[in-house]
Amino acid sequence: MTTAELEPVAGGNVGMGTEYLEVRGLTVDFDGFKAVSDVDLTLFQGDLRFLIGPNGAGKTTVIDAITGLVPATGSVNKSGAEVLGKKVHQVARRGVGRTFQTASVFEQLTVLQNLDIAAGAGRSPWTLLRRRRGILPAIEEALETTGLTELADKPAGVLAHGQKQWLEIGMLLVQNADVLLLDEPVAGMSHEEREETGNLLRRIGDERTVVVVEHDMDFMRAFATSVTVLARGQVIAEGSVAEVQANPKVQEVYLGTAAAGAEGIPDELIEESS
Amino acid sequence: MRALLGRWQTWAGFGVAAVLLFAVAPAVLSDFRLSLLGKFLCFAIVAVGIGLAWGRGGMLVLGQGVFFGLGGYMMGMHLKIADAQLRGTSVPDFMQIAGVRALPAYWEPFASPAFTLLAIVLVPTVIAAVLGLGVFKRRVKGAYFAILSQALAAALAILLVGQTSVGGSNGLNNFRTFFGFALKDPANKRMLYFIAAGVLLVVVAVVRQLMYSRYGELLVAVRDGEERVRFLGYDPANIKVVAYTVAAFFASIAGALFAPIVGFIAPSQVGILPSIVFLIGVAIGGRTTLLGPVLGAIGVAWAQSLFSERFPSEWTYAQGLLFIVVVGFFPAGLAGLGALFKRIRRTKDAPVVLDPDPEPEAEKVGAAT
Repeated sequence: MTTAELEPVAGGNVGMGTEYLEVRGLTVDFDGFKAVSDVDLTLFQGDLRFLIGPNGAGKTTVIDAITGLVPATGSVNKSGAEVLGKKVHQVARRGVGRTFQTASVFEQLTVLQNLDIAAGAGRSPWTLLRRRRGILPAIEEALETTGLTELADKPAGVLAHGQKQWLEIGMLLVQNADVLLLDEPVAGMSHEEREETGNLLRRIGDERTVVVVEHDMDFMRAFATSVTVLARGQVIAEGSVAEVQANPKVQEVYLGTAAAGAEGIPDELIEESS
Repeated sequence: MRALLGRWQTWAGFGVAAVLLFAVAPAVLSDFRLSLLGKFLCFAIVAVGIGLAWGRGGMLVLGQGVFFGLGGYMMGMHLKIADAQLRGTSVPDFMQIAGVRALPAYWEPFASPAFTLLAIVLVPTVIAAVLGLGVFKRRVKGAYFAILSQALAAALAILLVGQTSVGGSNGLNNFRTFFGFALKDPANKRMLYFIAAGVLLVVVAVVRQLMYSRYGELLVAVRDGEERVRFLGYDPANIKVVAYTVAAFFASIAGALFAPIVGFIAPSQVGILPSIVFLIGVAIGGRTTLLGPVLGAIGVAWAQSLFSERFPSEWTYAQGLLFIVVVGFFPAGLAGLGALFKRIRRTKDAPVVLDPDPEPEAEKVGAAT
């Protein structure tokens, strides 16, 4: 329980966990157009990594490639096992979970049913053919973590936008994913919801590796422990928030001009271009 | 307490259905009408399977005539051989007329009742499982799946018409006995009806268990978000193939009962038209519910025999219109209509979901960059 008090830090809680995700030379080629070329990422447990970049930089494609949705070359090593080239559901079973830009919970099913399905990929046919009785401890915990306990028996379709995203994150938790790839989790959320989402990511991030694709720079500055900047399918900068903001290449990408020598990008400009 | 009450209600429901089917219907209906009801029950058995595959699993199974026909023909072949043996001839009557002296090789195993029953169970399930895996693993779905299953039904019907060894377009008919019981005897006809009624109750109980199990929840999840389920670590193909196979199995049993109850099985029961008619009852009754398909199938078949006796041609149009209206305006069917009224009465301002199975938002998952 001591680890529960930890917070995600830059470079991960090194030494606390042994889980990692190592991406090497990841390249996605759409009929000659390289959406992602030669991307390297190293993520340790306890890192809350933000993946930013202008539109079309290939952020979502990186996630799609890691989770097996689009074919890619290179290597994605999760704690010693290669996951690239595996089918989507096989990658998921190895503990790589993801969410989508549009919340895609099962709207006809209750919150509890959604979570129960997420927890059950390894169930035997015999278990599947019987009724769900009681609530698994892991699901109870996830309900509490995401603040959805009260809504457990409501159909997921009636949840507010923010709650749906939290349910998705809860589903990743019970799915036992230790690498969480979140695609714009706070898009369309109110300020309060963003704040809560950020805190939720902090709470769950100490024991897991969390990658967040995001456009919201305020959100990124508030919660990121480390940042990777993508542009035109390539990694152009990596480091802490301050380091990345001070990087001339990043400034160039976001400003569209060579702002050489500028001391960090004014916040307003980053927001406008995002 | 609530679970206990729910269980009590379930048993009560099955009890009422059993009393209706086994006591009330034989008491009030003439032998002819009872036999007709037996035929409708066969359609209802098919409908229960369609309700599972289509209503809960989202697979538009437009070719259930294939499995219905397989079951019916296999049963029919056995009945013909048994009749021939009773008469002391080596081949069934229609082959004799055609001048065939020896039983075709593929008919021979069906002389054994055990083999026939086993084949009725195994052949359609194996075909459905193999076909389903091939199709679902390749992610064929939606309209493509519907067209494919429809094409299969058409192909089998055409194949059967061309095969004189199974009676061509006349099919197999004029059955005299059913496992040694004379089919002329009203008591035996009644027994066949009871078998169909019993099978229907069992089939409903099986689908009820599937619907309320974890598998049932998973099936709905696959229907509403197949790609999402994949990212949770499941292979949706395996989940879909189970429902598809169960539906095929039920259709086969129904066909095997249909042949002796109605007295014939022909390509006209196998092709595109009967396959669509199977769906109409399910859609009208309410495809996502447990009993909607059963009541819908019986209701439509009953209406058909009632009205087509008086207005043979008009009924076809009425049936088509009914199908269009239900699918277009009440996708949840009559069962959904009942739930709709209940909800309107309870809360006037709450939003009402009419469509139980909205088309998945296009490319909801994994489309954007």
